[in-house]
Amino acid sequence: MARMKFLCDAERCIECNACVTACKNEHEVPWGINRRRVVTIDDGIPGEKSISVACMHCSDAPCQAVCPVDCFYTTDDGVVLHDKDICIGCGYCFYACPFGAPQYPQEGAFGARGKMDKCTFCAGGPEEDNSAAEVEKYGRNRLAEGKLPLCAEMCSTKALIAGDGDIVADLFRSRVVRRGGRPDNWGWATAYKD
Amino acid sequence: MKLTKRDPAAIRSDKSGVNRRTFLKGSGIAAGGAAFMSLLPTAMIQKADAAEGRQPAYDEGEITRVRSVCSHCSVGCGVTAEVQNGVWIGQEPSFDHPFNLGSHCAKGASVREHGHGDKRLKYPMKKVDGKWQRLSWDQAIEEIGTQMLNIRETSGPDSVYWLGSAKFSNEQAYLFRKFAAFWGTNNVDHQARICHSTTVAGVANTWGYGAMTNSYNDIHNSKAIFIIGANPAEAHPVSLQHIFRGKERGAPIIVVDPRFSRTAAHADQFIRIRSGSDIPFVWGMLWHIFENGWEDKSFIDQRVYGMEEIRKEVANWPPAEVERVSGAKEADVYQAAKTMAEHRPGTVIWCMGITQHTVGNSNTRALCILQLALGNMGVSGGGTNIFRGHDNVQGATDFGVVSNSLPGYYGLAEGAWEHWARVWNVELDWLKQKFDQTKYEEVEGTAVSPMYTNGITVSRWIDGVLENKDNIDQNDAIKAMVLWGHAPNSQTRGPEMKEAMEKLDLLVVVDPYPTVSAVMNDRQDGVYLLPASTQFETYGSLTSSNRSVQWRFQIIKPLFESLPDHTIMYKFAKKFGFEQELCNQIEVNGEEPLIEDITREYNRGMWAVGYTGQSPERLKLQSENLHTFNTTTLKAEGGPCDGEIYGLPWPCWGPPEMKHPGSHILYDNSTPVAEGGGPFRARFGVERDGVNLLSEEGSSTVGAELTDGYPEFTDTMLKELGWWDDLTAEEKAEAEGKNWKTDLSGGIQRVAIKHGCAPYGNAKARAVVWQFPDPVPIHREPLYTTRRDLVEKYPTYEDRRSFYRLPTRYGSIQAKDFSKDFPLIMTSGRLVEYEGGGEETRSNPWLAELQQDMFIEINPADANNAGIKDGQQVWVDGPEGGTIKVMAMVTQRVERGVVFMPFHFGGHYQGKDLIDNYPEGTVPHVRGESCNTVFTYGYDSVTAMQETKVSLCRIRAA
Repeated sequence: MARMKFLCDAERCIECNACVTACKNEHEVPWGINRRRVVTIDDGIPGEKSISVACMHCSDAPCQAVCPVDCFYTTDDGVVLHDKDICIGCGYCFYACPFGAPQYPQEGAFGARGKMDKCTFCAGGPEEDNSAAEVEKYGRNRLAEGKLPLCAEMCSTKALIAGDGDIVADLFRSRVVRRGGRPDNWGWATAYKD
Repeated sequence: MKLTKRDPAAIRSDKSGVNRRTFLKGSGIAAGGAAFMSLLPTAMIQKADAAEGRQPAYDEGEITRVRSVCSHCSVGCGVTAEVQNGVWIGQEPSFDHPFNLGSHCAKGASVREHGHGDKRLKYPMKKVDGKWQRLSWDQAIEEIGTQMLNIRETSGPDSVYWLGSAKFSNEQAYLFRKFAAFWGTNNVDHQARICHSTTVAGVANTWGYGAMTNSYNDIHNSKAIFIIGANPAEAHPVSLQHIFRGKERGAPIIVVDPRFSRTAAHADQFIRIRSGSDIPFVWGMLWHIFENGWEDKSFIDQRVYGMEEIRKEVANWPPAEVERVSGAKEADVYQAAKTMAEHRPGTVIWCMGITQHTVGNSNTRALCILQLALGNMGVSGGGTNIFRGHDNVQGATDFGVVSNSLPGYYGLAEGAWEHWARVWNVELDWLKQKFDQTKYEEVEGTAVSPMYTNGITVSRWIDGVLENKDNIDQNDAIKAMVLWGHAPNSQTRGPEMKEAMEKLDLLVVVDPYPTVSAVMNDRQDGVYLLPASTQFETYGSLTSSNRSVQWRFQIIKPLFESLPDHTIMYKFAKKFGFEQELCNQIEVNGEEPLIEDITREYNRGMWAVGYTGQSPERLKLQSENLHTFNTTTLKAEGGPCDGEIYGLPWPCWGPPEMKHPGSHILYDNSTPVAEGGGPFRARFGVERDGVNLLSEEGSSTVGAELTDGYPEFTDTMLKELGWWDDLTAEEKAEAEGKNWKTDLSGGIQRVAIKHGCAPYGNAKARAVVWQFPDPVPIHREPLYTTRRDLVEKYPTYEDRRSFYRLPTRYGSIQAKDFSKDFPLIMTSGRLVEYEGGGEETRSNPWLAELQQDMFIEINPADANNAGIKDGQQVWVDGPEGGTIKVMAMVTQRVERGVVFMPFHFGGHYQGKDLIDNYPEGTVPHVRGESCNTVFTYGYDSVTAMQETKVSLCRIRAA
């Protein structure tokens, strides 16, 4: 059983926004909705770091915990999805999410009913894989086609990695080793204090 | 694990029969919101309307995958398109592609939109009494052509300016240059002039060819990476993948820039210098290198001419003077020099920060000299990795879409015309009578006619219109301007450009979009817009920055009424009556010249640069076998292309049958010429003032039978060497009286290579370019400088009477002190989301959403002094009278006294939104002021490159 994860290697992210436009391209996400975005800290000064952020598909997802209508569910692959037919667009999940992932359309394709929209890990929704209804509500289902999220597949520097957690970890570990030691990766010191 | 590979059959006949297209159509109808409608490709609306019923049959077509190449920057990333029933429905990563390994930047990941964009110019239009009117192609060509022929009659052929494009394929670029020659003018140019012309001139005059010497992929092998005047993290994002591979193998990255760029954020050492002080900085590094004996003495002795003169100049740049002029501190400069000395081979990367200066050619040569001193040339991991700008700016340069040369850098002398007339299969006398044969310009004391003199450059076409015609070295001023795939807002002196556009008799824009040319002027009549197809709607080859030639396949048919550029050229040729001569060796289908035949034609003429081996068949075979190429060496390992370098990077010698693999690394003596190696080119004679210019014993290419230096190959040289009889009888007949550049049989090249020698000779690189205004690169203050204290010691050039046919000012501008009224140094650059003038990318909603406001970066201290807050609108005034209203971005990215602006915006002019000037339905999602409305005069002393990296301005709250 896979456990899908995203990892953004801050040593490599250059804020090129390929992940953002790849997502727009793949799912025809309308203007104003950003399932993924790149966040830069210390912009313009030494120490500047960027990371690409979307729904992190948490194991114990706060959105899921707080949703008053229980529209969220986690797939066998560990992808957190939601059912737009149940969603009431209340915004409680936005309040709970640590990453600002839930999006609320102002207008356009995903906004006809004011439903919450977010990154699906390119895994669609509860409808039949790549059915009209699924594509309309959630965008394409790449996992069902044996592909991974396009944002990561197209990342300019291979900073953003997506896939099974074990494989992602192996990839990143080998990078750390090649770099010859501890990376000054964003969050590293928090996770492993001296 | 749920990751089951989907049966391809299932994709084709999905149970519900739904794919992205019906999804789009359905939701578009349901939503109808303005933002969404902008996403909906109009092509699909058209086709849906045309089909019977509401459910068109194209929902159930087979999905085919088509390979193309991104049309933005010069990295040359592979694009994989999914096409169904003629519609581009999906874009997948090209994991097999050796340059990008599936990756894209924001622009590359969004190219599918360009193939659908509803902001496109949809049919030919002209302006009548201030209103845009639709007209047919035939009517447009007829009207434009007739006016041009009238201008030709009254003012001469040089009064029509043919401004071409780096967005052409190689075939289109070649055909365009040929077309201009057949019209009878050298007033033809393209973006390379304002991008890397100083690189081409400076670097070619140092060691033979003016291009990137290694490749993006080869940076994996670099032991140090020195980036100056470049911001690849935004301008060439996928190159960072290769840079990071080098970095993660231990190569330190040094970034030198006036601005703490996104590239600098990933550097091991960042050194801030004052804009326009590159030569002092590089000489500062060399000062430490010479002082500590870190130079590669044997390399210099064997392969470099003139380093002693460089030493003398470098001695004038001790650390204190370097700091005084550039601001870089001794310890930092020393550290950078030491890093480069201790990590060999290191590579040097530069872009517009080096080239776009009045001393641009000297800047590029200084960096070549740095690499020569370190012995970093001709080796994997070293080299000057000069990142070109547009996807095919390298190719368009190679094919001579420039005012100073015919294709292949043959120049404009009689011999060059003779060569190309033979290749084109036309009489030289026929060509001559197309040109104005009156003599105007004095070249070395004799008057010469325009056929043999450099035409006006794109950087200065406005002066060709506005200048008094008596001061222009041609019959009359420019009366008709054709902007073919060009953004005018990428050029300086906006207000004068507006004036020039309004003064013209005729303004013609050929482009997929209306561009800023259509809207920035107040003309009421005499403007034509002709819709060109993008490169995704046609096919052909292009040359990426590393000289690799790639083949693009057609993804979709031309959208709306647009036509591929080569078809439009043919239409004009027909109107002018030379279509037979233009295509006498090229099959024409309807009005479309066959691309493959154009490739084959240039294969027969491009000997000097080695574009002779890349036949369409070889290029196509490579693109079908991408996976066989090693992603570091770029060499195919097994498969049908075994041993070839990806893209057959030029020089790819001989005819295609010779199967030369292309040259991955230029001037690499450790590889036989037959396998892509070679020495520095013998281009500058064999000796000067009694000093040998050919390379010394022991520096010949592996396998060369001539172990000493040797000049370029000619028929007589073959005879003297006793190699003449290696030629076949047919080759002998053709080669008699010719040299390696003009022998159309390729025999001279074949025999030279057979004996292990480079056809172009084996010489030293030269650190001193004696024909240039500054033979040894020296520092000169910018025309607009805040450092008045340095002007006396480091003055600019004197004004010139005739330079590319025009009077050119230097000293008379620098003489005046503008720094009191305009105290801020103004510089410009790129953003990752947009490209060039930005019309195409600002019309793409996926990109436009990410950068919605034109802005200016201001240091907090300057902002506070001017009473400006972050996000506020400000006026930026330039010293030549332009003024623009933009948003303030207060940031420490720029130092105190410096402001930065991106140059991709357009559609606003001096505070006014020009939205009403666009033809209906073509308004880009994002518009803004062009920074070039306030950028000023200033041109490189060799190529007339525009100065866009140093000017002055003041800011005030709006």
